[in-house]
Amino acid sequence: MTNAISARFKLDYPGFGLDVSLDLPGEGATVVFGPSGCGKTTLLRCMAGLERAPDGLMRLDGEVWQDGQTFLPVEQRAVGMVFQEPRLFPHLNVKSNLCYGLTRVPEAQRVLTLERVVGILGIEALLERRIQNLSGGEKQRVAIGRALLRSPRLLLMDEPLSALDVKRKREILPFLQRLRKELKIPIVYVTHSLNEVLQLVDTLVVMEAGKVAARGPAEEVFSHLDLRSHLDAAMVGAVLETRVAEHDPAYCLTRLDYRGQNLFVPKLEAAVGDPARLHILSQDVSLALDPPNRRNSILNVLKATVVEVGPKEADNHQVDVKLDAGGPLLATITKKSFESLKLKTGTRVFAQIKAVKTMTPDQV
Amino acid sequence: MNFSEIDAGPVWLSLQLAGATVILLLIAGTPLAWWLAHTRSRWRTCTEALVALPLVLPPTVLGFYLLIAFGPHGWLGGPVKAVTGSALSFTFWGLVLASTLYSLPFVVQPLQNAFETVGRAPLEAAWTLGASRWDAFFTVASPMALRGYVTAAVLGFAHTLGEFGVVLMVGGNIPGQTKVVSIDIYDRVETLDFASAHWLSAGLLLFSFVVLVFVYTVNRRLPIRI
Repeated sequence: MTNAISARFKLDYPGFGLDVSLDLPGEGATVVFGPSGCGKTTLLRCMAGLERAPDGLMRLDGEVWQDGQTFLPVEQRAVGMVFQEPRLFPHLNVKSNLCYGLTRVPEAQRVLTLERVVGILGIEALLERRIQNLSGGEKQRVAIGRALLRSPRLLLMDEPLSALDVKRKREILPFLQRLRKELKIPIVYVTHSLNEVLQLVDTLVVMEAGKVAARGPAEEVFSHLDLRSHLDAAMVGAVLETRVAEHDPAYCLTRLDYRGQNLFVPKLEAAVGDPARLHILSQDVSLALDPPNRRNSILNVLKATVVEVGPKEADNHQVDVKLDAGGPLLATITKKSFESLKLKTGTRVFAQIKAVKTMTPDQV
Repeated sequence: MNFSEIDAGPVWLSLQLAGATVILLLIAGTPLAWWLAHTRSRWRTCTEALVALPLVLPPTVLGFYLLIAFGPHGWLGGPVKAVTGSALSFTFWGLVLASTLYSLPFVVQPLQNAFETVGRAPLEAAWTLGASRWDAFFTVASPMALRGYVTAAVLGFAHTLGEFGVVLMVGGNIPGQTKVVSIDIYDRVETLDFASAHWLSAGLLLFSFVVLVFVYTVNRRLPIRI
């Protein structure tokens, strides 16, 4: 992967600071994840040029948007921005809103047609409607389409789903996943929802108090034992990138291949060979030294090796264990079990997985 | 009493004065209102107070200072006289200028409110879509502030139509030049021509009422509600 986006910004406001230096891939979705007020929106606004960080740097594919000498105004940056609220223009109908950016791009530089965007977002029926007559989800889809039709070389999305209820989120997420798959535009997506992260992420950036706490492929970042401090306890777990190996209609199951080992999940709507991302909470993984016998209802067992043991805190009955099962896997077990199994780095174990979460849009 | 006794001159002059004033105010008031709506400058409060001054000042006070400034020896009237041959006091354009100041808050305040309601968010959206500052102003901010413009234009027009004190001080009472309808009514009453005063007053009353009803109707039907 090439590092096509370079962004360095430093801001010092009273009570708030931003100090970020990031090199991001020029493809796929980079999700910036962090609690409210951690500076992720400000980072996005700096990248767009809506906020001016003195001595900042912003480069896209070698094109300088900001450095010591240059500060390209927003309208001269080929950036598509989707805000938290749709920010549609109330005096224009849906079609005119969509075309607002399109008509301001010279024809030779347009990369998407109105028909294509309208098709991807499923808004054919809305074109002649007035903005006032759209639902929240429809408005946000139009806002996404409007940003895409500006032919951006970088798509910035600032919590585009946070103002929507669960039903609307489910309505939009599939479109976002299609964008990520079908368009070659890098996306930087800001959110504080772990579910959105898991649905969309290629590269993950975790922010905390204006700084980058961790960054890398989701699989790697989620396996950091110290990520626990940034997440709800109930959300700590590994991300597994698997492939669909086989469907078993008799039992309504799908067999997934995880680097040579098998995992069974409820039947997925996906073709054989498709990637499937799993989230396995560390509290749903238990460890055994002996191979599982047949008299056990647990379906998913992975052979693994202990690679790292988390801190054993005096006032905590549990301990986190990082495993290598071909890829990273996390388990949270009691200190008592940890002692009685005599676990240490290098111990070979069988990881019994009680629950697997597959990242399809209806999981939001 | 006879309708033909009523001279249409002052009525026509009033309409011309109000029209010219409103056009001037919309042009000058837009950047001022825009600045007030968006600035964080420490001069903002002072400027707002200055703009609102004509609301509270007796028109005679404003008129007195303007008379001095517009006169042949005034700081504005002097140079104007040197160029055009006549000062600004007791001329139609002197009245237009005076009315512009006098009606300033009635145009600037609705515009400022409208621009504040539109806010920065839609403009930011327009910029990210490739619109320059001017482009975004004309294609997003102004149409979204349309109600503000209608209110500003009508209030400015109606208020200028009704002005009396400033006109009397700055313009005097020159038929065809500065004798507007409000002065004409005063004249008629002075000369005990109550019948004509009735006609003119009732006409002005009705006109003002109709204009305001029109504004409220239009405002309610305009498509943009923010």
